[in-house]
Amino acid sequence: MNVLLDNLDVYIRGFGGTLGLFVVAAIGSLLLGTLIAGMRVSPVPVLRGFGTAYVTILRNTPLTLVLFFFAFAYPRLDLVDLSFFTLASIGLTLYTAAFVCEVVRSGINTVPVGQAEASRALGFTFTQILGQVVLPQAMRATVPPMTNVQIALLKNTTIAAGFAVFNAGGIYQTLSERGYNVLVGLLWVALFFVILVAPLTWMQRSLDARWGVSR
Amino acid sequence: MKRSRMLVAAALASALVLAGCGQEGAPGAQDSGYEPTVAENVTVEGSPTFDAITQRGRVVIGVRDDQPGLGFRDATTGDFSGFDVEMARMVAGGLGFGPDQIDYRVVPSAAREDVIERGEIDYMVGTYTINDNRKQRVGFAGPYYVAGQSLLVRADDTEITGPETLQGKAVCSVTGSTPIQRVRDDGLTDQIVEFQTYSQCVDQLQNNQVDAVTTDDAILLGFASQNPEQLKVVGDTFSDEPYGIGVPRDDTAFRNKVNDLLQAADDDGTWQTIYDGTLGVSGTPGTPPAIDRY
Repeated sequence: MNVLLDNLDVYIRGFGGTLGLFVVAAIGSLLLGTLIAGMRVSPVPVLRGFGTAYVTILRNTPLTLVLFFFAFAYPRLDLVDLSFFTLASIGLTLYTAAFVCEVVRSGINTVPVGQAEASRALGFTFTQILGQVVLPQAMRATVPPMTNVQIALLKNTTIAAGFAVFNAGGIYQTLSERGYNVLVGLLWVALFFVILVAPLTWMQRSLDARWGVSR
Repeated sequence: MKRSRMLVAAALASALVLAGCGQEGAPGAQDSGYEPTVAENVTVEGSPTFDAITQRGRVVIGVRDDQPGLGFRDATTGDFSGFDVEMARMVAGGLGFGPDQIDYRVVPSAAREDVIERGEIDYMVGTYTINDNRKQRVGFAGPYYVAGQSLLVRADDTEITGPETLQGKAVCSVTGSTPIQRVRDDGLTDQIVEFQTYSQCVDQLQNNQVDAVTTDDAILLGFASQNPEQLKVVGDTFSDEPYGIGVPRDDTAFRNKVNDLLQAADDDGTWQTIYDGTLGVSGTPGTPPAIDRY
């Protein structure tokens, strides 16, 4: 208990950083991932190609390398000056979006083809079919895997601790320098992660109960 | 269009990663010109650590591998070099074990107390600052060197001259390290950047992403001497970091023995030889500190 109470400042700062990265990257990756999923199923070959290339590259690159790029290579490109927090958020967003995209796409595949064909027969455009007919139904099937992707994102934020954004992943180093028992400190970190994941799990259950497709 | 730009970026990233790796391995193992003398018929009465070493026939020493001039491993040959490593060899020689009877174990900062407590290493020599918190878990012989927190800046920087000129500047150090905690606690600046290693901080300094790197002057001098045209160490030191040799906490006999060896090295000029051959190359003179027996 002492480890926690004596170092409350470190824990608050650490989990503040973790939550900040998570919220930004969760919203960003949901939007971007859905957009790219839309590209992957669109009738335009160029967009389909871009979507496939995006998912292939980002999903097959270790997150550490993605963040490494944003922390060390991006600043050398002399483009817009961005804070390390922004760079880490961008890295996490781009990486997670690839997984979100695949979840959304698998959801789209659960929607019977007849739905899209019927709407096309009624004169809907592609955007209307996707936005008003297919995606709303697809989302119902994707609640559990989407929650998994977001929980993975929450834990992945700790990797950014090595790349200039202080968060829960860096807490043990501060504790060790202050001379505390690192193992006890890490147990608290693990417990807080369980507490953070709990609302996500709860949300998954309630959304799934309300939206889940019964077949 | 977008796809090709992406590929270009990816190629650029990998090229930079490769370039970075080459840079890190650049400074070769320096030969300090010091050869440890190996003592014979050594006994340390009532020391479980020494008994374990004798039974094993080899000494296991905890060192660092990422601090040029102090504890550094040459990536190509695997040889260790630097001030701390030579000190470790000197102690091993005094215990009766030559360089070929030493096993080096690279121990990251956060794990030092744990590996000593568990007896995985016999002693730790690696920029290990003696403080009261750590004394509750390990014992310290020494100090064998007193470093102090200082600042590394770009050579053309004239604005930063000491800790009081840091306000509004981005300062980098290793995540959670004592120097960065001091910068934060003293409110020296509100732009604090934390990376995993000092070489990553130095990289960001050369990239203009941060304005200063802060840690012990000994470590910074190592980096500055690698690249004197681009980097310099400025200002007086603003802390005392007495470096000790970490030993098991309750093994007083072993601690006393190591202290005796350090004292002897101070007296017969061995300390000076080791210093001049390693850290002294940077041009800053050094003298051995008084040993603190507790």
